[in-house]
Amino acid sequence: PCPPLTPLPSAPLQDIRNTVGNIPMEWYQDFPHIGYNLEGKRIYKPIRNKDELDMFLEKMENPDYWRTVQDKMTGADIKLTDEQVDLVHRLQKGQFGDVHFNPYEPAVDFFTHEVMIHPVTNRPADKRSFIPSLIEKEKVSKLVHAIKMGWIKPRKPKDDTPTYYDLWAHEDPNSILGRHKMHVPAPKMKLPGHEESYNPPPEYLLSEEEKLAWEQQEPAERKLNFVPQQYRCLRAVPAYSRFIHERFERCLDLYLCPRQRKMRVNVDPEDLIPKLPKPRDLQPFPTTQALVYRGHTSLVRCLSISPSGQWLVSGSDDCTVRFWEVCTARCMKTLPVAGVVKSVAWNPNPTICLVAICVEQSVLLVNPCLGDKLLYGATDQLLESYVVPEEERVQPVQWVMATMEEQSKGVRLVVQHSKAVKQVTWHGKGDYFASVVSDNSNMQVLIHQTSKRWSQNPFRKSKGLVQCVLFHPIRPYFFVATQRFVRVYNLLKQELTKKLMTNCKWVSSMAIHPGGDNIICGSYDSKLAWFDLDLSTRPYQLLRHHKKALRGVAFHKHYPLFASGSDDGTVIVCHGMVYNDLLQNPLLVPVKVLKGHVLTLDLGVLDVLFHPTQPWVFSSGADGTIRLYT
Amino acid sequence: RRLCILKGIYPHEPKHKKKVNKGSTAARTFYLLKDIKFLLHEPIVNKFREYKVFVRKLRKAYGKSEWSTVDRLKDNKPSYKLDHIVKERYPTFVDALRDLDDALSMCFLFSTFPRTGKCHVQTIQLCRRLAVEFLNYVIASRSLRKVFLSIKGIYYQAEVLGQLVTWITPYPFAHDHPTDVDYRVMATFTEFYTTLLGFVNFRLYHSLNLLYPPKIDGQADAELKPTEGKEYAMDSESYLEKLSALSASLARVVAPTHEDEVEMDEFPVEGETAEQMDTRKKEQEALEKHKKLFEGLRFFLNREVPREPLAFIIRCFGGQVSWDKSLCIGATYDVSDPSITHQIVDRPRVEQQVVGRYYLQPQWVFDSVNAKLCLPVADYFPGVLLPPHLSPFVTEQEGDYVPPEKLKLLAMQRGENPDEESEEEDEEEEEEEDNNDKEEEEEEDESEKEDEMKLKKMEEQKTQSNKALPVKVTAGKLRLEDRQRLEQEQQSEEKRLAIMMMKKREKYLYKKIMFGKKRKVREVNKLAAKRKAHDTALKEEKKKSKKIRRA
Repeated sequence: PCPPLTPLPSAPLQDIRNTVGNIPMEWYQDFPHIGYNLEGKRIYKPIRNKDELDMFLEKMENPDYWRTVQDKMTGADIKLTDEQVDLVHRLQKGQFGDVHFNPYEPAVDFFTHEVMIHPVTNRPADKRSFIPSLIEKEKVSKLVHAIKMGWIKPRKPKDDTPTYYDLWAHEDPNSILGRHKMHVPAPKMKLPGHEESYNPPPEYLLSEEEKLAWEQQEPAERKLNFVPQQYRCLRAVPAYSRFIHERFERCLDLYLCPRQRKMRVNVDPEDLIPKLPKPRDLQPFPTTQALVYRGHTSLVRCLSISPSGQWLVSGSDDCTVRFWEVCTARCMKTLPVAGVVKSVAWNPNPTICLVAICVEQSVLLVNPCLGDKLLYGATDQLLESYVVPEEERVQPVQWVMATMEEQSKGVRLVVQHSKAVKQVTWHGKGDYFASVVSDNSNMQVLIHQTSKRWSQNPFRKSKGLVQCVLFHPIRPYFFVATQRFVRVYNLLKQELTKKLMTNCKWVSSMAIHPGGDNIICGSYDSKLAWFDLDLSTRPYQLLRHHKKALRGVAFHKHYPLFASGSDDGTVIVCHGMVYNDLLQNPLLVPVKVLKGHVLTLDLGVLDVLFHPTQPWVFSSGADGTIRLYT
Repeated sequence: RRLCILKGIYPHEPKHKKKVNKGSTAARTFYLLKDIKFLLHEPIVNKFREYKVFVRKLRKAYGKSEWSTVDRLKDNKPSYKLDHIVKERYPTFVDALRDLDDALSMCFLFSTFPRTGKCHVQTIQLCRRLAVEFLNYVIASRSLRKVFLSIKGIYYQAEVLGQLVTWITPYPFAHDHPTDVDYRVMATFTEFYTTLLGFVNFRLYHSLNLLYPPKIDGQADAELKPTEGKEYAMDSESYLEKLSALSASLARVVAPTHEDEVEMDEFPVEGETAEQMDTRKKEQEALEKHKKLFEGLRFFLNREVPREPLAFIIRCFGGQVSWDKSLCIGATYDVSDPSITHQIVDRPRVEQQVVGRYYLQPQWVFDSVNAKLCLPVADYFPGVLLPPHLSPFVTEQEGDYVPPEKLKLLAMQRGENPDEESEEEDEEEEEEEDNNDKEEEEEEDESEKEDEMKLKKMEEQKTQSNKALPVKVTAGKLRLEDRQRLEQEQQSEEKRLAIMMMKKREKYLYKKIMFGKKRKVREVNKLAAKRKAHDTALKEEKKKSKKIRRA
């Protein structure tokens, strides 16, 4: 009933009870009061504004501090009485709270340990206590059944043999399985090199660019599967993060990689080089450039030499034919013609001085008027002695006498074809010549006779684009090279004798050995095929000496030499010895690579030619020069 | 798969892949039918089946929580042994030794795995035991030959009964377990390898008259007893640890008698000259000397140094080793022991240096072992920039790049004084070599060039004559023709011509070989150039620092 303004009168009120009941006291944490009294007034908490210093002072000064606890229900400090402290001590020791409780009271036996004559209870024993249990019986029978059926097995005796023993005590060679001989043992891991060291020599460390390159490579392509690194001391070396990976990969290799014995080629590369006779022993052959014939302004396509070896004729894209003296490189004569000169051929008969020149659709027969006056005079006479036959035969071409103007230049006869002519070649006797027309019909190859001035078409059917033709030097054979084959015709019997497979894509040129048994074929796929006509229809050897397409090939008349000129600007002179003995195969040895021509328009050497008597070779190039190598 | 691993069956590459693969060229693995049939005859297949059934039953019992059944099943757990497979795969002991590399590497790896997860604890313990046993054997037989600290781990090479066995141990750090690794495959391999290694160890121990399982020598054991008695309760555990301390020698079945070391009688083999005998004898002597490299030296390992590898190596070469007592059991003497000759330290500076012992970095031990001699200690003092650590497994053939340090080392092995002169000589030699190389390269070009030059000159002359210019007669210069040069040119040309005549296949082969050679030369040159650049840079730096000092 007193107003709770002062703490003193409220003190007796407070310890009556707290009025909030058994609720969590945190609910009143933030309020200054705890509950309400009967009048509905707030019951305030005792004021607690002690800071730590106060607490400490109290701890130091108050002798009863240790027995003061805070009552959470009211918030007041309570000093414990002696009994209460005693109780706490007892509880802490695990004793009973009640002082007067005696835990060790004397035990009283309700039943004596002596056996009495009367039972304590007079209840008769259960029936089940003397009848065998059905459930147990069932269980036992189940077990018995399981044992019978072998479901339950007795415990195995502990295996007391040692885990490790001398496995290889009796090594019996007979017991080795047969398959073990086939076994390929796994190759061992590669041993580490200097670069794997934790402190490698400085040259093994990767530079920045190398490191970048290493990172960009595929993991499988890398030469090293780690980046070499340098650490100053052993303590600084970290664990290798891919260690487990590497072991795992090794495991995978061991059981997933197919194993094979690979034969490693262990040869000295020098042994691979075939033993050839030394070029020095195969002399003479042209070795150095001796002369350069200048004068043409465009590519020189074709070359031919007089049978005496004194004069050289060359045809060029600048629409001229030039006659040169071989020894002095002097241009003796220039013959302007109507078009590009595709081919020139000097009559091989030394008594006739006549040159066949292919210009566009016609073949010009020119008397160069060089050398012995008697000789070229005789040639003119021979040409003039022609008598027109009575009945005119139908000819595939027209034979026209040259006009006076042309006569003065040296042109004697013009054989006019229907299409452009691309090659002309003389027969060894010098009376017949063959011309190749770039046409697709059967009129591609024509054979002309100069003395009778008439022409014939030997083939009834076209067998493909004819590249070049050739007369056999001795026998009446005629060689026709199409793109991939060389056909050999017998002119007397008028039949096909042989068909040579060149194994090339596109034959460009062809030359025959003066003996007549061997042919070489140059092709645009930079191969040179040597045929032995006695041997087979396939090349005896396919030489791949040049880097680029072959344009011209040539045989020497007397020396065992042949040469090939190619677009890579080189002329390769080879020794090609043909033996009279049929059992001995021809011996082919390259002896010299001649360089000199300058590449122009991707073209190098266009034609090669041997001097008829000397071991000299001429080559005409796309740079407008003709070079003589001696 | 497991069977293939255990039996060592590997796939085969068919001769006609398309034919076998029914026309498709997809990558597939092919096994020989014979191999698979061979697998089917293996008795262990039945054991595997039994085990599978057992696991199924056990799972079922667990699911029904029939604990008695679980107990019963566990009691009858089927077990299998791989002994016969080991015997079958390695019919002779030498075969087994030859294939020991992978087994050892795998066991050492597994023994460093944590005891949780990944694989069975028993496997790890077994691996550890076998690895330690093997190390002890190597110590007892002193068969270690080479060691190499790489960034991947430490390589060891030992010569066990004439076979070189190489293995790698990872650095003792926790593993970063990758997720893309199939641990089951590795575990299967390890299962086989542990069996193999156990038998090999047994045989090896018996070949040295040692007890297997290994027992520490009684005397040493007594010394160790008081130290370990308190700290380790479990005797079995401490036993392995003691063994792995590698500090005590092993007990022998028969007490070692000194008569064993009587010199071997010499049996002259027919067809062997005295020189060969001599060389062999010398080799033998060198080997003996190598084995006793650290004899009489007493090492102390500081606590920052990897204890196990170093203790292993030093003991292998006859040295005595100890470490801090708190680091591991088995320490035989203390830091303060005055008889210590070398203390291995891996920190930049050592305070309180004791007089009378060398303080060295651990690389000294490794380099000395590889060099087969105790290297000069000056390069290996703590805090000093170490010389490069070279791989002992590289034997340089002719034409290979040889680092200058290796040259120095070789000179030292030959017994020459590694003075500065030799260094200079080396450098000079290198330079000469470089020059030679360049000359050779140039020669070919030059020959061609000269030809061209000649031609050009001639042409010029001709043109001059053609044009009929006022002819001047000048005194011709005497051209000295180098005969050798000419000869060489001729030879090279001959060679080139001969190469032209090669057959296609041979030419291909020849070109390939030559390409490989050239690549090798290129690599060597690159390394040499790098080294040179590095050296010059170093020199310049030195000069600069000198200048600075002067200034």
